[in-house]
Amino acid sequence: MSNSHDHKPGFFARWFFSTNHKDIGTLYLIFGILSGLIGGYLSFMMRLELMEPGFQVFDNPHTFNMYVSMHGLLMIFFLVMPALIGGFGNWFVPLMIGAPDMAFPRLNNLSFWLLPTALICLLISMFIPGNPSGDGFAGSWVMYPPLSTSGHSGPAFDFVIIGLLAAGFSSIFGAINFITTIFNMRAPGMTMHKMPLFAWSVLVTAWLLLLALPVLAAALFMLFFDRNAGTGFFDAAKGGDPEMFQHLFWFFGHPEVYIMVLPAFGIISHIISTFSRKPIFGYLGMAYAMVSIGVVGFIVWAHHMYTVGMDVDLKAYFLAATLIIAVPTGIKIFSWLATMWGGSLSFSIPMQWALAFIFLFVVGGVTGVALANAGYDAAVHDTYFVVAHFHYVLSMGAVFGIFAGFTYWFGKMSGYLYNKYLAAAHFWFFFIGVNLVFFPQHFLGMQGMPRRYVDYPAEFAFYNKISTLGAMVTLVGVLFFLLWLAEAFIVKRKAADNYWGEGANTLEWTLPSPPPFHQFNTLPRIK
Amino acid sequence: MADHAVEHDYHLLPPSPWPFLAGLACTVWGVGMVAFFAGLYPRNAADPNGLMEFLFSRGMDMFGAEKVSNGGWIFLALGCIFATIVMIGWWRDVAKEGNTGDHTPVVQIGLRYGMIMFIMQEVMFFVGWFWMFFEFVLFRKERANWNPDVLEGASAYADSYGLNAAGNQFSTIGAWNLPLLNTLVLLLSGTTVTWAHHALIKNDRKSASTGLVLTFLLGFIFIFLQGLEYKEAFHERLANGFWLDSNIYGSTFFLATGFHGLHVLIGAIFLFSIWLRLIKGSMTPKQHFGFEAAAWYWHFVDVVWLFLFTFVYVVFAMG
Ligand code: HEM
Ligand SMILES: [Cu+2]
Repeated sequence: MSNSHDHKPGFFARWFFSTNHKDIGTLYLIFGILSGLIGGYLSFMMRLELMEPGFQVFDNPHTFNMYVSMHGLLMIFFLVMPALIGGFGNWFVPLMIGAPDMAFPRLNNLSFWLLPTALICLLISMFIPGNPSGDGFAGSWVMYPPLSTSGHSGPAFDFVIIGLLAAGFSSIFGAINFITTIFNMRAPGMTMHKMPLFAWSVLVTAWLLLLALPVLAAALFMLFFDRNAGTGFFDAAKGGDPEMFQHLFWFFGHPEVYIMVLPAFGIISHIISTFSRKPIFGYLGMAYAMVSIGVVGFIVWAHHMYTVGMDVDLKAYFLAATLIIAVPTGIKIFSWLATMWGGSLSFSIPMQWALAFIFLFVVGGVTGVALANAGYDAAVHDTYFVVAHFHYVLSMGAVFGIFAGFTYWFGKMSGYLYNKYLAAAHFWFFFIGVNLVFFPQHFLGMQGMPRRYVDYPAEFAFYNKISTLGAMVTLVGVLFFLLWLAEAFIVKRKAADNYWGEGANTLEWTLPSPPPFHQFNTLPRIK
Repeated sequence: MADHAVEHDYHLLPPSPWPFLAGLACTVWGVGMVAFFAGLYPRNAADPNGLMEFLFSRGMDMFGAEKVSNGGWIFLALGCIFATIVMIGWWRDVAKEGNTGDHTPVVQIGLRYGMIMFIMQEVMFFVGWFWMFFEFVLFRKERANWNPDVLEGASAYADSYGLNAAGNQFSTIGAWNLPLLNTLVLLLSGTTVTWAHHALIKNDRKSASTGLVLTFLLGFIFIFLQGLEYKEAFHERLANGFWLDSNIYGSTFFLATGFHGLHVLIGAIFLFSIWLRLIKGSMTPKQHFGFEAAAWYWHFVDVVWLFLFTFVYVVFAMG
């Protein structure tokens, strides 16, 4: 019953020794934005290089591929996961379920502080020898051996391994924390079937993290020992098999892609419901659609490996299982549409991001279903078609989800309102930009342009040029993002408790903006 | 914002330095891992005494043919020590909070969930190693018969198991020697920890203490015997063609059993620290979650060993 909790600790203790879910969530968001800027810089350099045939920016193809690899790793492990799960999950899961904090506040802070460690390892790796061709690791985020073993003799990749292990344990601890919080700390009366969908989405995501990441950890250890201690897991000369790495990796990797998008699903559900002034259509269906996506997500991994030469029967199985995931995904899309049907819609900034999310995610989902067909995939595997697919679901799915959530909750988190016009400029430049970047890549892929090459023949020049122009438009969008962020903190327009009004009816809107350092000293009761 | 008094039983914590320090420790450890195993700085015979070379050239070379002495292990050791200090400090705080009544019933339920999930992720970690073992070793004959276009290096693979000659080309560790003994050791330790638990519930602290001591001693005996087994294998590695870098069987064998051994060590230390707390007077018949967590972990380690024993030793030896 002490009152000491009501006082905020001093600066250093507050931000470095934190045990407060909101502060840790803020740290995650800042961290995500910073790594996103680094990852974005890398991708912008890649696009400048690919603007025209020939060499523009890079004089060493190895460096180009190193940028590709680091871009992927940074965006996945250091932007999307920290922002969606660490950032919004930390901020809003306890608020939405009516809990005063996370179950294990110290462990929560460990989850965060392992990430700077991991990032440092990855950044170091870029400046130390990767292999005789250059510095850094250039074997893509999928890290297939033998390129990642005998193909990268320098210590750069060892740092990548250590960094990913640290990031992995960060997520595992985070997952334990979220599941325990959700199972054990819901406010009186909040049954699982009354729990807001964002909390559901984080719950499913946490299970995926908990069960998938240890397998990646095992695979990373195998790589580490193959490289440094002479084991032969992926060395055919010793009886091992590099293909087995792909199995282990994608057993983690496919759940991972859903880890990145499920929290965005949750966020979008809240936004659509808020700005339609209607409860979400088919709430239980929405929750269990996510559960089934999570379950089925574990048994489809080999659709990333159709071209390794696997048995036709096996291909048929993975094809069918993969297509099945489209069913719960479809349930979600149609529920969002049905929620809007007959609602009184308002096209606020978060709603624009959410609508764009739905539209673009459908595009990515449709190309996913196309790729799931092993026969078709054989033609476009490892081409820009795949790049277009996963950027439609990631940089327009997951990232749009992040921006949707950020613009939805920014006032709640910071206490300030942003300038609508700057935020709208951010949205439109970003929306047009990313579509210009990635839509032409479908055509490039179908024409046969392979991924991960620094150069290409003149036939591919046209669409590549458009794509790079799109990157410039996107950059303007990012600048507007930073601008509205800075403006909001400079001008300090105070946000009301519930600045979206009727429609926003989860528990976080019953609290002041920003909420007190410790909320719910008296637990809310849910009828 | 005048908050009114806290009316819930959840555990809110004051700021704590441990997580941040753990992140720092992990950074030192990571640099140490790379320096020790891979080497961060080239060995330069012309100027062998530079400090950078001493600290950051590959520490593993100590074990190589030429036995170069160096300090490549220093950062790794520092990282491990740093991490150990952090863990001790962290868990002492937890124990203190447990003793002062911060662990209300609802918090204890949370700790249970947490421990169960921690063990689940450990299980998935071993799933990775068993997957490799089944694929490469138990089903090696099936694999060798696969389409050579599919299986890279099929003939090297088959050779490494002597499938082209008669029988296995290398001798492995027989199941019915030390491994069987170790199985019995771990099973026995499973009973002693249960004995200790029941004694604690009946408030017979003396038996509880004896049971715990026996348990972690058995754990250390297991590690000792495993060490003997490894030592033997190491000395005969050239004659037997069986070491972690000889072939895929060696790799899966040593890494799977090695990671298991590491977990036995962790579990034994965990039990040891629980014993320290017990003899210092904490843990009551009603509230002793730390004890239970250690016991769960111990059973998990035990079960993994049973799987290892069955498949890695027995079934493998059967052909
Ligand atoms: C209906 C749902 C989906 C289906 C059927 C599907 C199917 C596929 C298939 C078959 C591939 C392999 C293509 C190839 O490499 O040849 C692929 C790649 C990929 N997908 Fe999806 N996908 C779906 C949704 C998603 C979602 C929601 C995400 C992430 C948010 C995602 C992220 C990725 C990524 C990152 C890759 C590329 C991995 C790489 O090779 O680097 N996909 N998808
Ligand atoms: Cu997939």
